[in-house]
Amino acid sequence: MSESLDLRLALAETELENPVLPYLRQDRIPHIWCPGCGIGTSVNCFCRALTDSGLDLNKVAIVSGIGCTGRTAGYLNLDSFHTTHGRAIPFATGLKLGNPELNVVVYSGDGDLFAIGGNHFFHAARRNMDILVICVNNFTYGMTGGQVAPTTPVGPTQTTMPLGNFESPFNLPFIADACGATYVSRWTVYHVRQLAKAMKEALGKKGFRFIEVMSPCPTLYSRRNRLGDGVDQVKYYKESSVIKNGADTKDIGLGFQGEIVVGKFVDRERPTWLESMNDHFSHVLGDQFTPYGVKPEGE
Amino acid sequence: MKADPKGVLSGVHFIDGDHAACEGALAAGCRFVAGYPITPSTEIVERFAARIPKVGGVFIQMEDELAASIAIQGGVWAGHKVMNVTSGPGLSLMMEHLGYAAMTETPCVWVDVQRGGPSTGLPTLPAQADMMQIKWGSHGDYEIIALSPNSPQECFDLMIKAFNLSEEYRCPVFLMMDEVVGHMTERVNIPPADQIEITDRKWTTKKPGEYKAYATTSEDLVPEMVKAGDGYRIHVTGLTHDERGYPAMDVPNQAKLIPRLLNKIRNNTEQLLDVRMDGCDDADVIVMSFGITSRVATAAIEAARAKGLKVGNLRLIICWPFPVKLIQQLAEKVKAFVVPELNMGQMVLEVRKAVEGKVKVISVPHPGGTVHEPETILEQIIEAAR
Repeated sequence: MSESLDLRLALAETELENPVLPYLRQDRIPHIWCPGCGIGTSVNCFCRALTDSGLDLNKVAIVSGIGCTGRTAGYLNLDSFHTTHGRAIPFATGLKLGNPELNVVVYSGDGDLFAIGGNHFFHAARRNMDILVICVNNFTYGMTGGQVAPTTPVGPTQTTMPLGNFESPFNLPFIADACGATYVSRWTVYHVRQLAKAMKEALGKKGFRFIEVMSPCPTLYSRRNRLGDGVDQVKYYKESSVIKNGADTKDIGLGFQGEIVVGKFVDRERPTWLESMNDHFSHVLGDQFTPYGVKPEGE
Repeated sequence: MKADPKGVLSGVHFIDGDHAACEGALAAGCRFVAGYPITPSTEIVERFAARIPKVGGVFIQMEDELAASIAIQGGVWAGHKVMNVTSGPGLSLMMEHLGYAAMTETPCVWVDVQRGGPSTGLPTLPAQADMMQIKWGSHGDYEIIALSPNSPQECFDLMIKAFNLSEEYRCPVFLMMDEVVGHMTERVNIPPADQIEITDRKWTTKKPGEYKAYATTSEDLVPEMVKAGDGYRIHVTGLTHDERGYPAMDVPNQAKLIPRLLNKIRNNTEQLLDVRMDGCDDADVIVMSFGITSRVATAAIEAARAKGLKVGNLRLIICWPFPVKLIQQLAEKVKAFVVPELNMGQMVLEVRKAVEGKVKVISVPHPGGTVHEPETILEQIIEAAR
């Protein structure tokens, strides 16, 4: 009996229990996230996506880097790895190649994945490493107190841009698309149903998959820039988001409090790194090569 | 347990230290390497990339040494034995993940084919100048084990020992080669697989729910291990953690964890003693050396003995942990130690620390790029014997 079916049966008996509780390390709650922060909402969506995915949770591993979102690994009741700053993707690469049976998810923040970890993102996408990367983008370094990030739009104040940011930000879906990701979408934490659905869809796909999740940081980013609290930011997401599935990723960069294009932008098939390796060596070496990480027929 | 014959290229070979080191890793059961090319270590990963498709396993060339040194650790938590291969500049980048491996008790072997430094230094020429970097280069307090081969045969033999020690102690174990040993071609005898002893991972027999990832006893400071995918739902973090592996950033947990990480090695310094001694019993002077320098030192020692001097030859096979007690015992009997090394005086500091000023300790430094002239060492032996 699958674990998700177990869960559904359990829920049928106890209607009052929060359905995501079994996914959390309840002995680690309360979490460190601030009131109004969107990371927890994204994790809630992820747990629901796991339920709907029907995956064997013993075969799902989560890898985080450092930062507020980097704490996600520590709260999920999965095999979970809290690695070093920026290095979640290469750790996940080793984990996936070490045991291809695992479904490996990287869950980390924009600074971790795209500043210190940028190079790893590009190369894992180029190789089509079979991992799902979920990036919670709050436009700032939350854990260290609100410094400028590679995603900070031009304009807002950050502690290391005290007079307002003048650097151009990255357009994350455009990078993922250009580097070869097989699945690219962006949602905000207002779009909980769409986000959970996108996560489920991405969990069911192969290759390097990327989801950007826009999320408020009320304590640092919003407060310093007089954007109100978490609810005000979610209202902004609601009012300024436009769903454009299939939009050209080069056109969907984010400006300061401007229009937010959300949706699924890329969904394509490419052989994964491991499939390419196995195909290539089988072709070149013939019978001398046994495909790696592939279960024999019938198992 | 015995080695898996699939990885053992039994027979007599005429190969260099880099190639022999790779064969040692394959014989030891290494089936996953994430590498990044750097002179003079590259041949190790090149050979691994060529050999692994038929042995069964994975090689991936990563985008940099930061990625390589953490990808291998992902491989460990997936259940593999792994190695990390580099030289000076790459080693500097890897310091971050040396700390992660020490803190998370991830068994892995680190190969440093030493070249002249600092910075890019002498890419194609030898040195032994990373001896202190591996001991102190990552921030915080940690312990490692380091072995120093002086021949291609030892690159093979000590590589297997390095893998076995990394499993026994769950810590990073270094194979400290140098450019000369790496590129020196000699006879290498690879025994049949059933003659190679392999230490298996310290897998737990506990069930999920009973198992605590970092639980130890007062007798055994090395925790039992599991891998991802087996239902244990482990949490691994570089933060200070409790027995469950959960972040626990407070004074009591730090005070419990850090001494254990150090003492699991330090309490076993005697078991980790691995030296070669020749003529030390009645020596007036002892020459302590390691790696390639030990071969030059041996020539100098023989020349000194021909002059009638009583000179002992002490070679470190395991450099870290440093054999403090042995040096202290020898200091009771000798007039002086002479310590040649291909750096400006690193391991000599450990000798000085151990003898506490009781006898003379003469450093024979060398900035690297080539090996010592035996005469340079001989002069210092004569000076020491005076």
